[in-house]
Amino acid sequence: MGVGEPDFSTPWNITEAAIRSLEKGMTMYTSNAGMPELRRELAAYLKRTYGLEYDPNTELLITNGVSEGLDLAVRAILDPGDEVIMPDPGYVAYPAAVLLADGVPVQVPTYCENGFRLSGNDVRDAVTGRTKAILIGYPANPTGAVMEMDKLAEIAEVAQKRRLLVISDEIYSLLVYDMQPACFACLPGMKDHTILLGGFSKAFAMTGWRIGYAAARREIIAGMTKIHQYTALSSPIMGQVAAIEALRSGEPEAQKMIDEYDRRRRVIVKGLNDIGLSCFEPKGAFYAFPSIKSTGMTSEEFAENLLMEEKVAVVHGNAFGPSGEGHVRCCYATSMPNIEEALVRMARFVQRHRSV
Amino acid sequence: MMRKVFEILENDARLTPAQVATMAGVSEAEVKKVIAEAEKEKVIVKYKTMINWEKAGDDRVWAIIEVKMQPQKDVGFDALAERIYRFPQVRTVYLVSGTYDLAVYVVGKTMPEVGLFVSQKLAPLEGVQGTVTHFLLRRYKEDGEILHPGGEDRRQPLS
Repeated sequence: MGVGEPDFSTPWNITEAAIRSLEKGMTMYTSNAGMPELRRELAAYLKRTYGLEYDPNTELLITNGVSEGLDLAVRAILDPGDEVIMPDPGYVAYPAAVLLADGVPVQVPTYCENGFRLSGNDVRDAVTGRTKAILIGYPANPTGAVMEMDKLAEIAEVAQKRRLLVISDEIYSLLVYDMQPACFACLPGMKDHTILLGGFSKAFAMTGWRIGYAAARREIIAGMTKIHQYTALSSPIMGQVAAIEALRSGEPEAQKMIDEYDRRRRVIVKGLNDIGLSCFEPKGAFYAFPSIKSTGMTSEEFAENLLMEEKVAVVHGNAFGPSGEGHVRCCYATSMPNIEEALVRMARFVQRHRSV
Repeated sequence: MMRKVFEILENDARLTPAQVATMAGVSEAEVKKVIAEAEKEKVIVKYKTMINWEKAGDDRVWAIIEVKMQPQKDVGFDALAERIYRFPQVRTVYLVSGTYDLAVYVVGKTMPEVGLFVSQKLAPLEGVQGTVTHFLLRRYKEDGEILHPGGEDRRQPLS
C-alpha cells in the first residue's frame, strides 16, 4: 500500500485514441501551451464541471503533470525569500518545489481532530510581510482529507485580505466520496488570484502519460509558459491526444474506478479501526491515514517493522512533514483481496506488538 | 443503494452481507433486506462461479447459432423461442435485431453432436426458416472478464 498510483490501467478508449494518433504519425512537438484542441476541451470541462470560464488561448497551460505545473507556478511567482504557506502534513514535493524556487516553505500544522483541514485562523497567524502565496492540495495526499467550500472560503478570506495568491493542487478533485468536487477558483473573487493545477493521472489512471494543466489569469499563465517553453517545450503529444479523449468520453470509466475506490475505502477504514489503528474517514484521494500511536512506535519504526515482519508497505507519516508523525499512509489503490490480506497482516502485527 | 449492493455482489457473490454493508456504506440489516427481497422477486436469479473451462481442460464444443424464424400470429417469436430454450443443451437465447432473429448458444460433447442437434432438433422446428452455425474457437472475454493474459499489476518501481 506504498505507492500513490492507481492499480487500474488507463481506460482502453483513451489508450486506443493515443495508439491511433501514433499510427497516423502524430509524434511531433505541440504548441508550447498545449494542443489548442485539448485546451478547448479543458475549458469546456472546467465550465461544465465548475462553471469556470477560462480563455483556452491565454489562461490555460498544459504541463507535464501537476508536478511540472507546481514547479512552474512557484518559479513564476516567487522572488527569493518569498514565503509560501502550506499544510503539514502535505505532499512531499510542496516544500521541495518552493525551496527550488528560492522560496521559503511555511508549514502550518493540521490535525486529525480537525480532519486534517487547514484552518483559516492558523493560516492568518502564519502570514508575514514576506508571504506570497498559500499552497493547498485537497483532496489531500497523504491524509485523504477534503476541504468543503465553506472551509475553503476561510482560506480565501485570508488570501483576499492579505493579497495573496493561492496555488490549488486539485489533482485528486474527482476522487471524492459522498460529496461533490470543490474547486477553490469557484469561490467569489478568487478566480483571478488562484493558480488551479489539475491533471489526468489519478482520476483517469494516466500517471505515465504525464499530462496536467494550469489555469490562471493571463499574466501568470504567460509567466509559467515562458519557463515551460524553455524547460519542457511542450508536453508529449500522445499524452495530450489521450487527455482529449479522457475529457470527451472518459468520465464513465473514471466513475467506475471512483466507485471501486469508494468500496475499498470503506473496507480499509473499517478494517483499520477494527484493528485498533484509529482512522478518521478520508473523503477523498485514495489514502487512509490511521494513527499508530497506540502501538507505542514512531511512524518510521511502524512502517519499517511492518515491512520487515509482514511484508506490507505503508509510508511513515512524518515523510510528509512533522505533523504526520504518529500516522502512516496506506494507499488503497490496490485490489480488494490485497487490502483484505494487508488488514489481516496488520492486525497480526498490531496484536503482537501490543502484547510485548 | 439497491444498485450498489447488486454491483458488489455481481462481482463477488461470496461476500457476506456484513462485507457488502461495509463496501456500500449501509447497515447489514438493510443489505440483508435488499438481498432477501431480490431473491424473492428473482432479481437475483442465482449465485454462480465463473469458470474458465478451457483452462480446466474441458473440451466440450460450443456453438453460436443464428436462427431465422417466421413470427407466429399472436405470440410473435415467444412460443418458438420457448421450444428452443427448453432444450438442455441450449445455454443462452437472445432475440436480436438484424438479419436473423435468435442467437442461440449451444454446448455439446463433440462437433457432430452439436451438428445433429441443429439438423435434427432445431432446423426442423416449424417456423424456423434457416440456421447458421458458428463453432466457438476461443473465448477472449466473457461477461466483462478478460480470460487471457493481462490484468496483472504492471506498476513500476519509482526509484
